Amino acid sequence: MRYLCLLVGEPDLEGPAPGTPEFTQMLSDYGSATQAMAAAGVLVDSGPLQPAGSATTIRVRDGESLVTDGPFAELKEQIGGYYVLDCADLDETLRWAATIPAARFGAIEIRPVMMMPEQA
Amino acid sequence: MSEPSATAETVFRREWGRAVALVARLTGNLGLAEDAVQEAFAAALDRWADGPLPRDPAGWLITVARNQALDQLRREARRSRKEEAAMRMLGERDPPQPELIVDDRLRLIFACCHPAIDRGTHVALALRTLCGLTTAQIARSFLVSEAAMAQRLVRAKRKIRDAAIPFRVPADHELPDRIGGVLRVVYLVFTEGHRASASPRQVRGELCDEAIRLARLLAGLCPDDPEVLGLLALLLLTDARRPAREAADGRLILLEDQDRSLWDAARIGEGTRILDRATRLRRPGPYQLQAAIAACHAAAGESSDTDWAEIAVLYSALGRYESSPVVHANRAVAVAKVEGPAAGLAILDELRGDGRAEGWHLLHACRADLLRRLGRAAEARDAYRAALALDPPPAEREFLAGRLSELPVPSPKG
Repeated sequence: MRYLCLLVGEPDLEGPAPGTPEFTQMLSDYGSATQAMAAAGVLVDSGPLQPAGSATTIRVRDGESLVTDGPFAELKEQIGGYYVLDCADLDETLRWAATIPAARFGAIEIRPVMMMPEQA
Repeated sequence: MSEPSATAETVFRREWGRAVALVARLTGNLGLAEDAVQEAFAAALDRWADGPLPRDPAGWLITVARNQALDQLRREARRSRKEEAAMRMLGERDPPQPELIVDDRLRLIFACCHPAIDRGTHVALALRTLCGLTTAQIARSFLVSEAAMAQRLVRAKRKIRDAAIPFRVPADHELPDRIGGVLRVVYLVFTEGHRASASPRQVRGELCDEAIRLARLLAGLCPDDPEVLGLLALLLLTDARRPAREAADGRLILLEDQDRSLWDAARIGEGTRILDRATRLRRPGPYQLQAAIAACHAAAGESSDTDWAEIAVLYSALGRYESSPVVHANRAVAVAKVEGPAAGLAILDELRGDGRAEGWHLLHACRADLLRRLGRAAEARDAYRAALALDPPPAEREFLAGRLSELPVPSPKG
């Protein structure tokens, strides 16, 4: 079953600053976690996201496209990246998500992707 | 209800949790499992309303429920390939567990207590799926409407299904994180059976039995966890008093007034032995402390033999783990027994000005009783009134109102 893991930065928690050895360690941890998931065959996709300043939102209403600068909602929390995992159940997903550094420096929201009949 | 039917109901309800657990595990669908067991249960009562019960009620219930569920799945599979896939997954779903024989009820209770489910719903879910209480009964004890409780249960079951929360016992390295939640729920199921609530006596007895069964399973799973052993000991020692707790008219009999010859000696013996095992592991905790308190009461042949000094010490230790009105009140009572009511009052006075404590009717009731014993009738009256104003449950309200009416009427001022 597929799960989308949204990596969320929490405003009261600062991750390591770029350039510090802690930052390098964090990047390395991301790498090894991702590699382990790929080797286990549970990784479908993953990636870091450009910050919210780079976001664009589009809404179509009455045939008219409304494009605005910025994310869909002004949140304190920033979505920084994502993983799509294919696991047997929630527990397996939680075990892998715990290895993603974002869990230590923020939060990871895990959403099951609805299974369409054709995917069963 | 005729006698044979009442026995049939008890016998089959005892197997309820195991049947739900097994069918839930096979189908991965808790709602489906519940419905199937509900129907099988009704069929069982129908079939064995009069006359002797089958040799293996559990087997009968499980077989009928499982077939019921699989039939339902096959019907739905014709409509949706998703259910078909679910049935195919039956073989693959469960990675092999190291212990070949794991009671399905353990799998179910760990699922009910999964941290991904709203924590406030864990007990309700356990009462429904493991103990077979109706939504109406659960709603009554939580003091919410039946519709609200039904919605909470549906939401939880949907979460289990949509997020694929598995029916499995956590691996050894995961157990420490998960066991606390399960112990809490088993304790609450027992409390639900133990206290005076809206459910009939028979149902409440079954809840205590189910809680003890679950506690035994947990002790088998974690034989070296002193708090798991502590909980089992606590439940056994407390349940030992069951035969003496209620008068024929349903009125609750206070501990100090109970006929101790009715206490279950076998339960007391077993509970005490298990508590000893826990204590030897030298890792104290709240369940062990509560068990030790229950053991103190159990050891006293007469109420007057009770080692109140020891109980006071134990409540003091317990207070370091949890600051609840019950702990404070009981400590005050114990101290009062050893040093007199004034000393007990002093304990309660430590809480004066604590906003939360002022809202606990039990503390006002306890103060009232100590004041009454000191002959300070006017203050006692105020305290009883304060307790009643906080809307205690009916049985307690009756008791408090009775005490209030027994206070000497103030003499008219001359």
